[in-house]
Amino acid sequence: MIKRDLVVVGAGPAGMAAAISAYKAGVRDILLLEREQFLGGVLNQCIHTGFGIEYFKEVLTGPEYAGRFIKELKNLPEINLSLRSFVIKLNCDKVLTFLKPGQMEQVKAKAIIMATGCREKTREMVHIAGSRPSGIFSAGLAQKLINIEGVLPGREVVIVGSGDIGLIMARRFTLEGAQVKAIIEIKDRTSGLLRNVIQCVKDYDLPLLFNHKIKRIYGNQRVKKVSLAKVDKNYNEIKDSEFFIDCDTVLISTGLIPENELIEMADIKIKSEDDLNKTSLPGVFVCGNSYKVYDLVDSATKDSQEAGTMAAEYIRSLNA
Amino acid sequence: MLKKLICIECPVSCELLIELSDGKVIKIEGHKCDKGQEYAKSEIENPQRIITSTVLAEKLSLKMVPIRSDKPIPKDKVLPAIEAIKEIRIKEPVALGQVIRENFLNLGVNLIATRDVS
Repeated sequence: MIKRDLVVVGAGPAGMAAAISAYKAGVRDILLLEREQFLGGVLNQCIHTGFGIEYFKEVLTGPEYAGRFIKELKNLPEINLSLRSFVIKLNCDKVLTFLKPGQMEQVKAKAIIMATGCREKTREMVHIAGSRPSGIFSAGLAQKLINIEGVLPGREVVIVGSGDIGLIMARRFTLEGAQVKAIIEIKDRTSGLLRNVIQCVKDYDLPLLFNHKIKRIYGNQRVKKVSLAKVDKNYNEIKDSEFFIDCDTVLISTGLIPENELIEMADIKIKSEDDLNKTSLPGVFVCGNSYKVYDLVDSATKDSQEAGTMAAEYIRSLNA
Repeated sequence: MLKKLICIECPVSCELLIELSDGKVIKIEGHKCDKGQEYAKSEIENPQRIITSTVLAEKLSLKMVPIRSDKPIPKDKVLPAIEAIKEIRIKEPVALGQVIRENFLNLGVNLIATRDVS
């Protein structure tokens, strides 16, 4: 089994910030595990601007924001990067088991920082009736298909939920030549940032329907249409308000959930927000969107830097 | 004439109250920083946006190269610019920040790569 002072799981913005700040706080034996073959996490697919205004005082795209940290990491050889390394287990002795091409490895750490990000809510979590044809995507998956894979996953799109990713994707689909037929929000206001309503929806005159819900998805092989209805302020359907929209694609953009399966499997609990980044097991920290879902990467970076400092202090306390 | 706008320069999303005369801005209220003032003036007199998109790569480590304009372009030029971007192919490795097209469509802006692609 390998031994390390600090293992950071996830090399998105949170993990990169945590690893660099632990280095700056004196930790020299760091392993950074990343399941993808690139550093940067979800920022790589967020090609739009709006990142870094707080942290760098500059307007950057996602890949540019990630690029700042990737550059810094590459100048710190003491931080050992292991790409295509997928952690499958964590236990209370701070042993992590991970898979990389052709092998399985175990590493015992003095301290661990989990920076595993968050996942999108799926169709199953928002209870939409109907069949299960192809053409139903989470907004972030559609973003990956367009921006990374270069594939346009649909031509006539209905977006469920007005979260930021959904709004950003409404614009992206429009620019790529698809028609956004409706963005449906059950509440009376957007759950995304107002600036995204302006620059993604209003700029392109896209229909954003508040106080509406999606009732059912129709289609056998592929999505054919959806039914919608108006709702009152208690989200109850208003009688006789049902109508249909023909479409071949439905995007789900109804929120994000911290990804914490590994620490849950180890029966480690995340502490409350007053105890930033801490868990029930001393020496195991959680940061970034796996700790709580942030609106801005800038804030995730700042809090994750704290996690790096905390891990360094913890390691020092063991050696004292 | 009074007009309300929401500033899109940063996530604070300040609500701006703008006093207009003959299509020109005379007074701006509600902004919490200088960017709001610049945004209001530009949004009324010559609305502009930075454009971001992807360009097809050929025989490189990634299929798509993310790109953007280094400065904002007039809003009514966004769609034609995006269409023209679809015709571009990148065949050589590029570095983050590298200029892909200079003075793109004579708009006075450069297209730059936003990621290293080897």
